[in-house]
Amino acid sequence: MFGHRSDLALDRDPLDRFLPWLIAFMVYLAVLALAGVLVINDTAGRWERGLGSTLTVQIAPADSTEAAGARLRSALGVLRATPEVAHAEPIPESRIAALLEPWLGEVDAALDLPLPQLIDVQLKPGGDVDADDLAKRLAAAVPGAVLDDHRVWLDRLLRLIHTVEVLAGLILALIGLVIAGAVVYATRSGLAVHLDAIEVLHLIGAQDSYVARQFADRALALGLRGGVIGLLPGVATLVGIDQLAARLQGGPLPDLTLAPAHWVILAVLPIAVAVIAMLTARVTVMRNLASML
Amino acid sequence: MGTAEGKEVIVRFEGVGLKYPAGPEILDDVSFELEDGAFHFLTGPSGAGKTTLLRLMYLAMRPTSGRITLFGDDTAKASRARLPALRRRIGVVFQDFRLLDHLSTFDNVALPLRIAGCHESDVREHVVDLLSWVGLEKHLEALPQALSGGQQQLVATARAVVGRPKLLICDEPTGNVDDHIAVRLMHLFQELNRLGTTVVVATHNRTLAGRIGHRRLRMEHGRLWMEHPKVPEQANGGSGAPRPTEAPAIEGIA
Repeated sequence: MFGHRSDLALDRDPLDRFLPWLIAFMVYLAVLALAGVLVINDTAGRWERGLGSTLTVQIAPADSTEAAGARLRSALGVLRATPEVAHAEPIPESRIAALLEPWLGEVDAALDLPLPQLIDVQLKPGGDVDADDLAKRLAAAVPGAVLDDHRVWLDRLLRLIHTVEVLAGLILALIGLVIAGAVVYATRSGLAVHLDAIEVLHLIGAQDSYVARQFADRALALGLRGGVIGLLPGVATLVGIDQLAARLQGGPLPDLTLAPAHWVILAVLPIAVAVIAMLTARVTVMRNLASML
Repeated sequence: MGTAEGKEVIVRFEGVGLKYPAGPEILDDVSFELEDGAFHFLTGPSGAGKTTLLRLMYLAMRPTSGRITLFGDDTAKASRARLPALRRRIGVVFQDFRLLDHLSTFDNVALPLRIAGCHESDVREHVVDLLSWVGLEKHLEALPQALSGGQQQLVATARAVVGRPKLLICDEPTGNVDDHIAVRLMHLFQELNRLGTTVVVATHNRTLAGRIGHRRLRMEHGRLWMEHPKVPEQANGGSGAPRPTEAPAIEGIA
């Protein structure tokens, strides 16, 4: 492919020196955008898998310890009688206090704060429980019991992630358009510069595709060169972010580590960009030559 | 498509005219036929329309009126996709050579064969043979700008004939070379003609045309006349120049 001899002096075109750097910059941005999408997508998938198989039951505080115990037992009875439920365990008060600590500070159970009782419910793998039906049965057994299937929260989160993904997709599309536009411009410029030589090739019997292949091969080589030049700093940036994130392990940030498959996808980016450049150059040449005799 | 003698008509112009918008009429009602294996000189003063006539013949432009038929194909009806196949049957020696200046002598001459999809080993064999025959075997890797005008003319001629075209069109092929090379080139064209190529040579050098003989087409003020040749003074290179040896065997690519 790169050993192809060119009948046109395309390597002398001034735009050929500028194009790889533009492509490199675009690929750098594309690497960051694509890595962001991959990490977000991965995180969303983990959250969906994790939260999609759990439920939380909240029981309103009772007047007495005995009443609270009775409500808890009734609720557990309903839950454990549900076939899709793998297990249902009350969340200890100490853990509830820990969950509230960021908002209320250190909570002393002895202060008699009217804390609700919580039951952590784990569904069986593939267990598709009818949350509305279960909520009704719980409410009938334990007045004031609320079933939270995290769906509302998860839906909002997924919608946000989806929006971010769409935006990142648009950025990638825009990057693709910028690359295609630059290739179109460079190719048209090359056609103008080499018009005389192209006419000679035509008069000797060259088909449009013969001329187009020379421009396409050149665009492929430049695209690949620019792609690799852009990929390297992109990867360095991601590694830097990964190392910074590693220092915050256990903090509020989700896991930002890219999986091996993600690195493979990023490595394919320069090839994809080169192919876009090649096809763009070919189409541009074929369209422009169609107006020649 | 043939003539009364049964020969195939390679080129047929019927009432061909060419006029640029808001410009003068370059060609006016030009009609003629070139039979298979013919050798014609196209003479006439500068500006008479010789180059325009040839450009129409090698499909560099279309006429504004009339009809041109090449190898039996009406060029007005031929699709763009058909034109490359027609052009591969035509060899052209351009007046200004039109060599690709970043390509070596070898690569310039190899162009028609590579475009036609010949195998690279065949390309090398044919091109080296031909360049040796025209005396440029020591300049295979030279760029056009490193060659003299005469050498460039030889390269341009070699490029035109390397694919053994059915029709060879030469626009002032001797305009930039000395008499020795001019006669040598003419003998090359005669040799190709003898091998079956129809040859048209445009020249304003009537002496040279008269010396070689053959039929003459004369252009003047955009119109064409057929001239009957006088008996050649010294046909077949009687000027003392060495006659080329047998042309190298080159397989046709059309």
